[in-house]
Amino acid sequence: MEKIKLNNVFKIFGNNAAKILPMVERGATKEEILEQTGHTVGLDNVSLTIQEGETFVCMGLSGSGKSTLIRHINRLIDPTSGEIFVEGTNVMELDKKKLIQFRRHKMSMVFQRFGLFPHKTVIENVAYGLEVQKINLNERNKTAMEKIEAVGLNGFEHQYPNQLSGGMQQRVGLARALATNTNIMLMDEAFSALDPLIRSDMQKQLLDLQSELKKTIVFITHDLDESLRLGDHIGILNDGKLVQVGTPLDIIMNPADDYVKAFVKDVNRVKIIKAKVIMISPEQFESNEEKNPNTVKVSEESFLEEFLPQVCCSPTTVEVVDKKGDIRGYITHNQLSSALTKSDLTL
Amino acid sequence: MERTDLMELKKAIDLGFRLFSRKYGDAIESFFDPLLFFLVRLEKLLLATPWPIIILVVAILAWLGSRSWKLVAGSAVAFMLIGYFGMWEDTMATVAIITVCTILCIAVGIPIGVLMSKSDRTEKTILPILDMMQTIPSFVYLVPILMLLGIGKVPGLIAVCIYALPPVVRLTNLGIREVDKETLEACDSYGATPFQKLTTVQIPLSLPTIFAGVNQTIMMALAMVVIASMIGVKGLGVPILRAISNQYLALGLMNGLAIVALAIIFDRITQQYGKRMQKHRGIQQK
Repeated sequence: MEKIKLNNVFKIFGNNAAKILPMVERGATKEEILEQTGHTVGLDNVSLTIQEGETFVCMGLSGSGKSTLIRHINRLIDPTSGEIFVEGTNVMELDKKKLIQFRRHKMSMVFQRFGLFPHKTVIENVAYGLEVQKINLNERNKTAMEKIEAVGLNGFEHQYPNQLSGGMQQRVGLARALATNTNIMLMDEAFSALDPLIRSDMQKQLLDLQSELKKTIVFITHDLDESLRLGDHIGILNDGKLVQVGTPLDIIMNPADDYVKAFVKDVNRVKIIKAKVIMISPEQFESNEEKNPNTVKVSEESFLEEFLPQVCCSPTTVEVVDKKGDIRGYITHNQLSSALTKSDLTL
Repeated sequence: MERTDLMELKKAIDLGFRLFSRKYGDAIESFFDPLLFFLVRLEKLLLATPWPIIILVVAILAWLGSRSWKLVAGSAVAFMLIGYFGMWEDTMATVAIITVCTILCIAVGIPIGVLMSKSDRTEKTILPILDMMQTIPSFVYLVPILMLLGIGKVPGLIAVCIYALPPVVRLTNLGIREVDKETLEACDSYGATPFQKLTTVQIPLSLPTIFAGVNQTIMMALAMVVIASMIGVKGLGVPILRAISNQYLALGLMNGLAIVALAIIFDRITQQYGKRMQKHRGIQQK
């Protein structure tokens, strides 16, 4: 089901945005607009659809408009023109009161520099979304404690944010976003301010949480590895234009233009490609291949790097199994080698 | 402009204001009656309370504000000396007017500061008024106040407030404007109403700055005590005024030092309190 839909969204920053709009629509570039009018183009004709329960990663360099994009979804920024639908509601038609209700119940947000309240304790921070909804103290503390436990911060609930490390602070931010129990989570460079080890931990935590909660997540990042790891779909922004939308594999294997090519050039494929992506169906396998007695079972969700050492050095048959242990497909040496070398892998 | 025209203009303004004050003076005066009532009550209470209790209260306030034994001891000793040198009654009168003035400035100043922080246009309109209030020689606005309200406690109080109000307004505005943008986005994104945003985040986070403004307001109010005494405010300013006109060096010096002592005690207590507020909240490391 479509959860979030943007139709031809334009955003121009400046005093006279509406007047500049026709210029942008005619296709003038960001530089031309800036030079001739002093206005900055934030988003240039962005249309996209985000499905329920998926993680949509929006990637681009700084200044590409990705933070502007995410702020349009909960209308922290209003578009110059275009339509935004969330669960079928036209967000642009909401009045002030309805917008507040919409923000309280439909989506929550996690910020790059955490956006925590320094004068509130961890538990008060986590309960903030419930506090503004005027839910009573006992109930909101109960919910907040559940979320604090979910992100592994029990024992710290009465500390102040700046008594915690960066990673712990962002866990507070994450718990705060979970506490309002909204279906949509907006994460604006949520892990970019963390050091690499902690970032990787947080990514794993998010994946674990997501496998249970199945929320619709819009995640902003400038880090390709992060977007490949987290994203079900990735949208790449350049100068306010959405240049490519696709699955991680699409992006790596079929980059749409030079900008995307430059992004994916140094990607380590074994870390990104999952077993289920390159497997062939059991029927196809049985009609073409001999089953090798030396078999290895791998989970369909595992990445190449996790089983590559076991299978690359001797002839082996790789059985891809799902969670229940049923065989879903096979990977042969042919598939392996093409996934690692060719750029036009057919899917 | 011709000299005669200028004379006419001045005369016209004077006459106009005189008519205005004759017509509305009483109404305006009665508007301030509750203030006068409160000021008189407070002064009477302070004077009726036995001195050891006042010193005890000052010591407790000093402890609550600063958690420093030195300041507690210093304040107690200073008040004892004031009593010993026979300035107790004047000091209590001064404390009363400073208290009322500070409360009034906070009650008026913080809302104005909040309004200023909400819109750039309001800020641009109010800032020059604040500049004027702080720089115009106080004798100049004493004239219309005297014409309107005559000599007494209320005109003195208003004169003090005009001079002492700007810092708390300025710093409230500044404090709220300095709150981190992402923190405010967090409020918005969780659906806080503008009023909730103000009360749960903006004011609590700017409290240390607002407090610095309150501290400045108290200091400026103390500085106005002598001038206010010229239009009938009792307190430490009265003997100083007498000392000026009669060249009594010792009298002037002693009462002057009493004002300094009050200023230092109030300043240290409020400043330390403001600092502790920041340490606890951990804002200063940001």
